[in-house]
Amino acid sequence: MSIINNINKVFDHRIRLGIMSVLMVNEYADFNTLKELLGATDGNLASHTKALEKAEYITVEKQFIGRKPNTRYSTTTLGKVEFKKHINALEKLINKQ
Amino acid sequence: MHIINYLFYFVFQSTLIMSNEDYLKDISEIKNLMNKSSRFISLSGLSGILAGVYAIIGAAIAYYVVTNSQRGYLILDGNIFKICIGILFLVALLSIVTGIYLTTKKAKKNGENFWDNSSKRLIINFLIPLVTGGIYILLILGQQKYGQTGALMLIFYGLALVNASKYSIGDIRYLGFTEIILGLICTLYPGYGFWLWILGFGVMHIVYGSIMHFKYDRK
Repeated sequence: MSIINNINKVFDHRIRLGIMSVLMVNEYADFNTLKELLGATDGNLASHTKALEKAEYITVEKQFIGRKPNTRYSTTTLGKVEFKKHINALEKLINKQ
Repeated sequence: MHIINYLFYFVFQSTLIMSNEDYLKDISEIKNLMNKSSRFISLSGLSGILAGVYAIIGAAIAYYVVTNSQRGYLILDGNIFKICIGILFLVALLSIVTGIYLTTKKAKKNGENFWDNSSKRLIINFLIPLVTGGIYILLILGQQKYGQTGALMLIFYGLALVNASKYSIGDIRYLGFTEIILGLICTLYPGYGFWLWILGFGVMHIVYGSIMHFKYDRK
């Protein structure tokens, strides 16, 4: 039962897992980098980043590079902890079989 | 009743297996993304082989020039030394140009950008030990201490590779260790500097370049 509990509903989507994976190994990633890596559309990526932001797993930083707006994402400590728990739970589920 | 039980069991089992496969797919995609977003994997093995060949040809020319000079050995001031430095720079330049060309080609094939965050990080981390070593060698050459040049080149180049390997294919880490070990041996036996240099920059590039070529390029 405890294993099932650690499966985090917030991460239960391919794009969200992808966002977290990239942010776990990078200090930050901007919107376009994420879009390219995940092969997601603008709207799709925006809605998933918003969900992760709402859960306080990632932080968003908006700034201008020259005249272009640039959105940077990075993980919070909470996000990192929760993501690790989620991965461990996934691995346990797989190993159980 | 028995049949319904059996059916229920079957359906339950198959959904469990289904989701299990999904989880496996998730995990492998997570690993893939972590690698792709933090490592530059399009380094060309072939460019390593060619760099090794250039180094051996360069060393052979330098050897020929030095042994056919009036003295038969190398001194720090004089034209022969300048020719040797010239050959060294030419070898380095050719290796870099070949490396950039072949890596760009491979990156295109992999759908990776040659100049993105991961390659920038790779180059910066490669250059920190390498430039430090280069400046250090030039400074002590200026003080007429040239006995350890070969050893220092091998050691700093090895450190640069080990440092860069965190941002690229893991194999170059072992090439780095090999170069460091050769450099340390070279420190003990400076008389064999020339041959250890050929071993490190020539033969080892060809060996590791071939390993990388057959492991990654031919896919």
